[in-house]
Order: sequence, then structure tokens, then C-alpha cells
Amino acid sequence: MIIVEIRKLFGRRRTWISIFLLCLLPTVVAIFLSLTDIAPRPGEGPAFLSAVLSNGALYPAAALAIVLPIFLPIAVSIVAGESIAGEASTGTLRYLLARPVSRTRLLVAKLTSISLFVLVAVLAVAATALVVGLNLLGSGPVLATTTVSGTPLSPQQLGIRTVLTILYIGWSMLGVASVAFFLSTVTDSPLAAALGGLSALVGSTVLVTLDAADSMRDFLPTRYWLAWVDFFRDPILWRDVERGFLVQGGYVVVLLGMAWANFSTRDVTS
Amino acid sequence: MITTHGLTKRFGRVLAVDGVDLDVREGDRYGFLGPNGSGKTTTVRMVLGLVYATRGEIEVLGKPMPGRAREVLPEVGALVEGPAAYPHLSARKNLTIFDAAGPSTATASRRNRRQRVDEVLEQVGLASIGRRPVRTYSLGMRQRLGIASALLGRPRLLVLDEPTNGLDPQGIREIRELLVGLNQTGTTIFMSSHLLAEVEQLCTRVGVVDRGRLVAQAALAELRGETGRTVVRVGDPAGAVALMDGRVVGREGDRLVLADMTVAEATQRLVQARIEVHEAAPERRSLEDVVLSLTSHGSDRVDATHPRVEQVGA
Repeated sequence: MIIVEIRKLFGRRRTWISIFLLCLLPTVVAIFLSLTDIAPRPGEGPAFLSAVLSNGALYPAAALAIVLPIFLPIAVSIVAGESIAGEASTGTLRYLLARPVSRTRLLVAKLTSISLFVLVAVLAVAATALVVGLNLLGSGPVLATTTVSGTPLSPQQLGIRTVLTILYIGWSMLGVASVAFFLSTVTDSPLAAALGGLSALVGSTVLVTLDAADSMRDFLPTRYWLAWVDFFRDPILWRDVERGFLVQGGYVVVLLGMAWANFSTRDVTS
Repeated sequence: MITTHGLTKRFGRVLAVDGVDLDVREGDRYGFLGPNGSGKTTTVRMVLGLVYATRGEIEVLGKPMPGRAREVLPEVGALVEGPAAYPHLSARKNLTIFDAAGPSTATASRRNRRQRVDEVLEQVGLASIGRRPVRTYSLGMRQRLGIASALLGRPRLLVLDEPTNGLDPQGIREIRELLVGLNQTGTTIFMSSHLLAEVEQLCTRVGVVDRGRLVAQAALAELRGETGRTVVRVGDPAGAVALMDGRVVGREGDRLVLADMTVAEATQRLVQARIEVHEAAPERRSLEDVVLSLTSHGSDRVDATHPRVEQVGA
């Protein structure tokens, strides 16, 4: 069943188009940067963008920072929201369950394919950005890569930190996915589930900036989203990253539990 | 093959199915009849483990449902409330996906999947369908695909909800012949329908459900029992009416309905009076009469009367 689901997801043109679009935006940004050589001033615009002109190897991190706030969550929400509700709205859910595919198994298969999508999407963005960055942007000596703290990084260190970033962002996206995934078991409309997931995100982003909501800020899902920037400090500042990892983990566990509890006991009337 | 005891389903304040005792036996072609919204589909969904019963027990193929769904459902083929398929994929691809999603059985394994897919497409008349996506199919073609999907696992029991929906008369006949053929080779068929003519031509046993309650369950022949009246067609209807004074309860051209009279008695008297008899037979109730007498209006019409509850047969 897991293989069937993965094939179904990656056999769709829609999946590849969304990944393609995700990769397109950072590429366009890179083209503009390389043509004009005008970078945002440090501290403005997406993280790292000011640094990439002199160093293309840092561009994967910058590219992820570009797609992280909106595009990546949208793509992930759509795929996760589609998972169960999409089957319900085409009517295929009842035939899968009558086949029979156990409900838990179906959830696990869907979740696996969503996770794989998240990973592929993040990796694709990082990989294109690396190629684009090395070719279009600062091809200066790679050894000169510096951290946010100003110390130099060897290519290996940079590689490791980029991989950590990919994993951390993937994990954050899994948090978004689990909101949409849970909603997908509640409603029969994939659109509602996807938008619900995004609304949770927007809500969280608003509350994070609100001083009055200070008391709950540390538990909001988007609170530590940008903590991966700390991977590029020297030494790596683990505190926020760890917290972010745990907070996301909490959301993932609770929401998936709710999705399972809801889906395995509900009447399928679609 | 399907046995339920006191099967009840409540959706909020609505009692959709109320104490239904189904008894579908091996080899039956069972017709499940009832007006719109009478609880047919909910019952079918409960039998397949899609909807959980509020009360009551379900046994399918001798095992409790939904508890033993893993063992039961691979041997059941289902069409529930219309066919469904992934619109961007071809018929063949759809069948392959559904087959791969579920467990293998002794008769339906991964190894013979391709052969089974070809076989069922052939059976429902979609053999040369090619690679067009299902999105482009007509209603009838989708229906055929739905039936193909139900047959794919070589099931012992077919549960079909409105199997001839969307088919033209030719298609209906084809599917009927297909189902009768399958039944003769040992497949039990449980189909729900509100098309009485359809059930009358296909089914051997009938259950009638009304407002969530099973109001009749019997062999078709038993339900359509004789009414005790006789129908004759005669050469001289006016003379016959005069002769049978008071016994004629219906007249339609040369066709008379006679009350309190056997076929033998009627023909004898007519012949003695030298009135030509073209035809004489006991009057049987049509399935339509039976069902209409047992059921109320569908849920698309709401009024306060309660249905008459009759138990015919066992």
C-alpha cells in the first residue's frame, strides 16, 4: 500500500509541477541578483541573501529561506490536505477501504508519501539552488565561506550545516503537513483541509509577532521556524533549534494521533 | 452469506436503519428494495465496514463484521453508491492500483493481476478501452468500470448498489446476463435497487426496506403470490360480464378480472356459455404492487403517516 501511494503521488504531473515551481522562484531571484549585482543590505530581505553574491555555495540556505514562509507551506498543505479528503471527494476512499485497506495502514501510507514529498521538495530546492548559486553567483574561493558570526567555514562544514538545515526545514514542514493531514480526515473537501492548514500557519505567524501573546509564543508552530539560521553561526547555537524540533514534534505527534483517532472511528459516508 | 441481527444506525437524531435482520443465503440473487432514503445504502455501507453500526450484529461469509474485515472483504466485490476512479488514470491503471492496494488471496494474487484485469474488462465490455483517462468516459462506461472493479478479486459475494445505473437498455441486459452467469458459477449476489423491473427480472429473493425497517423478506415467487383472483381474456366480454354477474372486479377491453373464482371454475362456466376463452390464469401481484403496498413515499416527500408493517415469509 505504501508503494502504491508513493507511486500515485509521484506519478502525478501536479506533484512535479509544484516542485518545479518551488525551484523556479529561487532561480529567478538568483538570475536577477547575478545580472544586477544588487543584493539586499545585510539584515534586510530573506536570510543570507545579502551574502550569496560573494558566495554561491551559501545559496541553498538562502533559497530555502525564500520559499519557507509561503511557497513551501502551500505546496505541503495542498498535498497533505489532498491525502484523505481527496480520496473522499473522488469517492475512491470507500473502494480502498472495502478492498480492504485497513484505515491505519492507509494513514501510514499517506503519511509516508507526504513525508517523502516534503523531503523531495526541500532537497530539490536546495539542489537547484546549489547548481544555480555556483554557476551564477559569487564563484569566489569556496574556502572563504563565512558564518553569520564571521568565522570561516570549510566546504565540509558548510555541507553538513546545509544538510542539517534541510532536515530541520523538512521537519518544520511536517508540522504544517500534520495540521492539513488531520483536517483532511475531518472534511471531505481537500481545499478546506489545505486552507485550514495554511490558516493555522498564518494565525501562528500573527501571534508570534504579538507582544500580548507573549505567554504562548514559545509554543506556536512557526516560533522557531527560522532557528535553522543558527546552524550558520559559529559555534552552532543549538538552543532554539532544539526547542523548535521539540515543539514541531509535539504538534506532529498530537495531530497525527488526532488524525488516527478520528479516521479509524468515523463513518465513511463519502 | 450476509446475516444481520437488529442492525441499527443512528445519525444524530435521524434513525437511518432500524433493527434490520437481513438473511442473504449462499447462491441467492438477492434484491434489496426500498424508496430513496430508506436506508439501503447505509445498510450496504455497514455490511462493508465503512459505516459503524450503532447497534446490532453483522456476519458476512460467516464472520463478524467489521471485526474480521481483513479476512472477509478480500472475498467480497463491492459497488457502493456509484462507481469511483482516479479521473486522470486509465481504466487498466485504476484497476491495477485498487488491486495492488489490498491484500492478495489464493485466487487473486499479484502474479495473475494482469490476467485478471484483462479478464474483468472483457467481462464488462471494456476490453479495447485503451489508455484514455477515466475523466473522458461516459456514465455507462464508468458504471462498467465500477462493476469490473467489483469482479476483480474473483469474489464469492458481490454487493452491488444500483448496478445498472446509467446504462442503456442494451447495457442493462448485458450486465444482467453477466450477473446471472456469475451466479450460476457460484457467486452470491446482493444488489440494492429501486428499479423494480430490474429486480423482478434478476433476483430470486427480495428484501424490502422502508424508513430504515425491513418490512418484507422472502423468495420473489412467494412475495408475488397469487391473489385468489382469475384473469381471463374472452371473445365476448359483454356476455361474460353478464354471465359472471357481480364477480367481475375489473375490465379492460377483453380482459376481465374475476373475484372468488378459480381458473378451472371460470373457464368451465365460460365454455358452457359458449364464450370463447383466449387466455385464463390466476392473477399474481406484480412486485410493484407488493412494494408499493409495503412502503411509504421516499424521503424526498415528508409527511406524518406511518408505514404499514407486514412480515411476509421468513
